Amino acid sequence: MNYQLNFAPVFANFDHLLAGMLVTIELSFGAMLLGTVVAIACAAGKTGGPAPVRWLVDAYIEIIRNTPFLIQIFFIFFGLPALGIRFSPNTAALVALTVNVGAYATEIIRAGIESIQKGQVEAGTALGLKRVQIFRYIVVKPALRTVYPALTSQFIYLMLTSSVVSVISATDLAAAGNDIQSQTFASFEVYLVITGIYLVLAVGLSGLFSVIERLAFNYPLSR
Amino acid sequence: MIRPFGLDEALFIVFAIQWTLALSAIAFAGGAVGGLIIALLRVSQARLPRYLALGYVRLFQGTPLLMQLFLVYFGLNIFGAGINPWLAASLALTLHASAFLGEIWRGCIQAVPSGQSEASWALGLGYVDRMKSVVLPQAAKIAVAPTVGFLVQLIKGTSLASIIGFVELTRAGQIINNATFVPFKVFGLVAILYFVICWPLSLLARWMERRFAVATQR
Repeated sequence: MNYQLNFAPVFANFDHLLAGMLVTIELSFGAMLLGTVVAIACAAGKTGGPAPVRWLVDAYIEIIRNTPFLIQIFFIFFGLPALGIRFSPNTAALVALTVNVGAYATEIIRAGIESIQKGQVEAGTALGLKRVQIFRYIVVKPALRTVYPALTSQFIYLMLTSSVVSVISATDLAAAGNDIQSQTFASFEVYLVITGIYLVLAVGLSGLFSVIERLAFNYPLSR
Repeated sequence: MIRPFGLDEALFIVFAIQWTLALSAIAFAGGAVGGLIIALLRVSQARLPRYLALGYVRLFQGTPLLMQLFLVYFGLNIFGAGINPWLAASLALTLHASAFLGEIWRGCIQAVPSGQSEASWALGLGYVDRMKSVVLPQAAKIAVAPTVGFLVQLIKGTSLASIIGFVELTRAGQIINNATFVPFKVFGLVAILYFVICWPLSLLARWMERRFAVATQR
């Protein structure tokens, strides 16, 4: 092996990498928030909705969890325009990531909702709370607390998965790498640096989540 | 000229399943060997192997599979192995699967009550006998359901090999789409085919998990 690693072209294009990193962060947080909303709605439908709603949610979860993300994003970006639904690459990426993480998060949040004891909900009813209030304060918040570790590791996995959106020419971190390597041919060096950035993002995200956990769930657990 | 999407085109995609399954099988077999080594290192008494294995797992669980594929693909070229999608995809997915299976199986080994290990010590069994005859068989029972669950994730992961030019189900779909321009049908068909492979495995994993939960209830 007589190959000299040359990182100069990578660092010459570092602003390009930073711009891509920003898109990756935006896509990840966007999909996390939207995906959580989708998941709470679907989990509510699956645990308390009528049978047709339950079937629909089940179908959604099974289809998404048993097909690759790459095919999902191809379908959304290349397939849906046949039905007149057209997205820009970055929007398609956000939609695909949201649809994807929504399915996984639904199952996680459903497990959390099912862990809430019936007596809690009955106590809420006895106190005269409305159904929405009961769902919001008695069911969702403690449910989220119970499943927080599972949910956040799913979110970190989502951030890593988002690298795949580079294939539909979204402008994320991996795509910035593709651009730089096709101009400089320093493929290995580029992807080595990018992999390092993803690792830093994953570690940072996991640190951020534990700070949020301490701030959001700072009350003692009931026994 | 745009080619129509007919039976021949559909069959080309269907037959590409064999390459998806072959790649999955290679990665799973390699990952099983690597995963067992990682799992054993992770539960070892010595500190250094434990930390090395932990670092390996963190590295592969904290970076995207796509980047792992790229690094192996271009890295092999640097080391003089040339551009070889088969080798790159097999190696990258094996390394990836080793980390995930290693972490799953570590949990299963640690779920075996420590009294089992201690009893083997007391009976004078050495490390190999203790693992081979006492701990691993019990851990294997716990491990079956999550391992099948990971297999589904691995099969879906092989779709990324299409990006480095490995012709499997996804790449076959892209090739046909580039000739026929009916992405809705093509990727719909590819999605259905993945679903047909993965869904039974998911159901199997869930069924085994439930059966195991019933069996261990007291």
